[in-house]
Amino acid sequence: MNRFKESPSQTAGPYVHIGCTPNFSGIEGVYPEDLGKKMITDDVSGQRIAIRGTVIDGAGTALRDALIEIWQADAQGKFAGQGGEAGFTGWGRSPGDMATGEFVFDTVKPGRVPWHNGQLQAPHVTFWIVARGINLGLHTRMYFADEEAANAEDPILNRIEHKSRIPTLMAQPEDGGYRFDIRLQGEGETIFFDI
Amino acid sequence: MSNRNGFAARDRAWHPPALAPLYKTSVTRSPRFAPIGAATSLSEDTGPVFGHDILGPRDNDMITNFATPGEMAIGPRIIVQGRVIDEFGRPVPHTLVEVWQANAGGRYRHKKEGYLAPLDPNFGGCGRCITDETGRYEFRTVKPGPYPWPNGPDDWRPAHIHFSVFGQSFAQRLITQMYFEGDPLIWQCPIVGTIPSREAIETLVARLDRPGSLPMDALCYQFDIVLRGKRQTMFENRMEGM
Ligand SMILES: [Fe+2]
Repeated sequence: MNRFKESPSQTAGPYVHIGCTPNFSGIEGVYPEDLGKKMITDDVSGQRIAIRGTVIDGAGTALRDALIEIWQADAQGKFAGQGGEAGFTGWGRSPGDMATGEFVFDTVKPGRVPWHNGQLQAPHVTFWIVARGINLGLHTRMYFADEEAANAEDPILNRIEHKSRIPTLMAQPEDGGYRFDIRLQGEGETIFFDI
Repeated sequence: MSNRNGFAARDRAWHPPALAPLYKTSVTRSPRFAPIGAATSLSEDTGPVFGHDILGPRDNDMITNFATPGEMAIGPRIIVQGRVIDEFGRPVPHTLVEVWQANAGGRYRHKKEGYLAPLDPNFGGCGRCITDETGRYEFRTVKPGPYPWPNGPDDWRPAHIHFSVFGQSFAQRLITQMYFEGDPLIWQCPIVGTIPSREAIETLVARLDRPGSLPMDALCYQFDIVLRGKRQTMFENRMEGM
């Protein structure tokens, strides 16, 4: 039996944008465009939405040096590379706004995806957050507050012991889409998953 | 029936804990609740795939990819190469590897960077490549310098290159840093020190590969990266097919 240990994680540091979104950080001409900027590349089905939010630290300050990535199914519940629609990448990456740290993803509302036992999950978007001071990338999920029926039967949500924390995973409808703020610590601390 | 039945659990005692007070920024950016264990599903077992079409010819050459045509970045020329494998030793082919680093003087090309060492007009500091069939990657750069950073009154980062790796699943997503064999600053750095064991730290130290070096051109460093591995058992597959 030959087993290897996963490479230990290290913080993305304050300059993650140089490597992952160089055009955003002012390093132009190396790559034609920053990866993950456009999730919709052609005609796609479903409801177009913008997902906006900020990542907030334990002192209530918005992070401006984070990198936020999302991965989601298309409106039919299919992932890119697994039968998903050709005009939808399913993957987004945002460095956040230079001044406010607010991230925005122009995407579609995902369809329902089966869990490993075949049961349907509620529509959700998978998030991964890295930044200076975050030693291991944080995984969470964004659900939609207005999908009450689907949320009520979601296998992941149903396994969460502290029901009072479930609202931290709910994106709230707003003009043009949904808002999903991520609180790293303290009151309303977002649920993160050990997947 | 699929063989996609989740990942070997992450060994959180091997990784740095979220809260590591000697790395001061982690104090306000570390969740206080434990992360909730959850089975992976398609949402974590799949992930974005990047084709070679996104790559330009000099993406993996930081010596020239930002330089004025005909010029080159200043510093000790090095090649960094290695393999991306998973915990079961399987190669991870066709996966995107992104790197970024300071220049040879320890200065990043970034608005918020205040270190007095100068910028190199021919050095941007970002590169990327995609692993081949066997999980191999390679890029050329200059060896980054160590730099001081605001944490304790006199903390220095050892020379390092930041790595971002995708793997084939969102659950494998990893950011880490590569250090250089023989650097005494490795053992004095509060960020390196967030990793609990010396054994784990040593897996992030690239080895000087003398035979791999290009005579009169560049030294070579070897650095392998291990991503989480997908479990494959027939029993779990049978359960999944129920
Ligand atoms: Fe760095």
